Amino acid sequence: MDRLIQLDLAGLTVRELNQFLHQELPSRGAGWHVDVLNPNGMHNLAVGLNASVDVDIRGHAGYFIAGMNQQARVTVHGNVGWSVAENIMSGSVRVKGCASECAAASGHGGLVVIEQDASSRCGISMKGCDIVVGGSVGHLSAFMAQAGTLVVRGNAGPGLGDSLYEAVIYVGGEIHSLGADAREEPMQMEDHARVAELLTRAGFPAETGRFKRIASARSLYHWHADAGDRY
Amino acid sequence: MLMQGTGINSIMAGHLRKEESFSFNRQVLDYIHHAAEHGLYEIRGLGAKRALPTFDDLVFLTASASRYPLEGYREKCISKTVLGTRYAKRPIELEIPITIAGMSFGALSANVKEALGRAASAMGTSTTTGDGGMTREERQSSRTLVYQCLPSRYGFNPEDLRQADAIELVIGQGAKPGGGGMLLGQKVSARVAGMRTLPEGIDQRSACRHPDWTGPDDLTIKLLELREITDWQVPIYVKMGATRVREDVKLAVKAGADVVVIDGMQGGTAATQQTFIEHSGIPTLAALPLAVEALDEMNVLGEVQLIISGGIRSGADVAKALALGADAVAIGQGVLMALGCNSDTYHQAGENIDATADYTALQTAAGFCHHCHTGRCPVGITTQIPQLETRLEPEWGARRLKNYLQVLTMELTTLARACGKSNVHHLEREDLVALTIEAAAMAKVPLAGTNWIPGKS
Ligand code: SF4
Repeated sequence: MDRLIQLDLAGLTVRELNQFLHQELPSRGAGWHVDVLNPNGMHNLAVGLNASVDVDIRGHAGYFIAGMNQQARVTVHGNVGWSVAENIMSGSVRVKGCASECAAASGHGGLVVIEQDASSRCGISMKGCDIVVGGSVGHLSAFMAQAGTLVVRGNAGPGLGDSLYEAVIYVGGEIHSLGADAREEPMQMEDHARVAELLTRAGFPAETGRFKRIASARSLYHWHADAGDRY
Repeated sequence: MLMQGTGINSIMAGHLRKEESFSFNRQVLDYIHHAAEHGLYEIRGLGAKRALPTFDDLVFLTASASRYPLEGYREKCISKTVLGTRYAKRPIELEIPITIAGMSFGALSANVKEALGRAASAMGTSTTTGDGGMTREERQSSRTLVYQCLPSRYGFNPEDLRQADAIELVIGQGAKPGGGGMLLGQKVSARVAGMRTLPEGIDQRSACRHPDWTGPDDLTIKLLELREITDWQVPIYVKMGATRVREDVKLAVKAGADVVVIDGMQGGTAATQQTFIEHSGIPTLAALPLAVEALDEMNVLGEVQLIISGGIRSGADVAKALALGADAVAIGQGVLMALGCNSDTYHQAGENIDATADYTALQTAAGFCHHCHTGRCPVGITTQIPQLETRLEPEWGARRLKNYLQVLTMELTTLARACGKSNVHHLEREDLVALTIEAAAMAKVPLAGTNWIPGKS
């Protein structure tokens, strides 16, 4: 049975909340569940966590929610501003509503779920995390994405996957346009399995039939083939 | 291959007239020929090479009848430097106001990173990570390590963030303000690639904008996030290349920086476009007074510290930077030169070994080399090739660098004492005059022998 702690931001500062989550909570051992009340669009809530705990933010929140997360499972019961779960290392971050720009930017590991839409640059610079978006994503999503998987159940805006490295994108809906060096590739068995697994983990039906696979054409990996090693 | 021409004009040859063009001189011809041959702009390392107004254009008015000096060897001159006093619970305390600038593992070898850490620790100063993350070698060897948060976020992680003594959020650097990092495939070794989560051997171009914030308002929240993650323990620096210095410094201060780092156009890089290096940013000498004025206008002089970098070479440079209002300097290229960059020889098991052939293979020579981008550094500094890397022995390198930092400190205190200061931070603008009108206008000190400050009086 989870042990529940309620922290009300009506009477606590963001700093007090984070220090409690960093210092006091881990010392109490595993299995704790923290409810954060009255987030009221505040920024930097539950950043830098490094403990296997559950944190529920009960309402809308601002920028950088659950930034650099390790181990913790953070759920926002509302919408979030820019850069939710930026640089996430492990654990999971779930947004019940929509996310603004740069969701999971440069995420290294773990799972990020945006149940509704994510705005532009979702998964920008991602480095190994997995992202599942229930709705659509805005322009330049997965820009310079290096590793990991972005699954979008809805549509993708202009310039999807511009300058992609080894990250792979799956889109269930329409793609407005692909960015430089991104290309559509045939869905293989492993791709269907990968999408199904991520959809299941994210709590969506594992229907993969309509998904397209977008990956790097790798033509930007080397600058100028003719110039050899002269530059 | 070079073929012999038939020389149909030879019959006309008489007096040979060599009239070189100023606009199309031999350097420009070389540039045009190179562009025409390769179809690709030139990429190189180090900083601006063209003639610029520098600290050499200033001199100290040391003590005489109107001021009295301190005794060179007997009277103490303090060089202790504290950075990050604005918000951090643990400001950085250094023995000298000379720090090691951020240079990436990838650009530099792990041996060099270790040498920097050892020398800096021995002198009581700090080193800085770079694009590509923190290496074990540098954390272990550095007493005080500044961890950079760069647009690429290569290898950026909360574990290293929490073991940093300060954080430096990098918006830009002097060699290429507005540009991202660059590491050509020959330097992207397995270890470098692993740390950066990239395929081995690709030509790697880092982003020039941060992935998770865009303007100064977002930056304010970003800095708060970094503070929250580190529980407000360590200072946060904001580093920028010197362009619109006054505005940029004010925005950094407003965003909550503890320390502002301004890198002038002479600042070095391991690789970027030559055109970027030579044609963007303003000289360090011009940038420093603008930054000081901005801090003054924001009422944070003494509260937000200022580090200046970009072509600092000597103790005199450090002294002049401090006199103009910097709290500390950061050195990159000078540090590499102390380790043997552009030297004829490298050091191996007690012997100096000639490196001429390796410079020649790069189509350059000691004294002219700026080939860090090739990864084939003749003296083993900017390389990831194991055989070259071993040319820099960390212990030997650390000793050389410690000597260099020691000389800079001795020169700095020599000048400070001669100006009658018992603390290097007491050096002031009033102690300086300029030798050229340009330097007088940029540094905003009088032209020597006059009380004329162009643009002011
Ligand atoms: S000697 Fe090495 S470090 Fe110095 S400029 Fe040449 S390649 Fe770069």
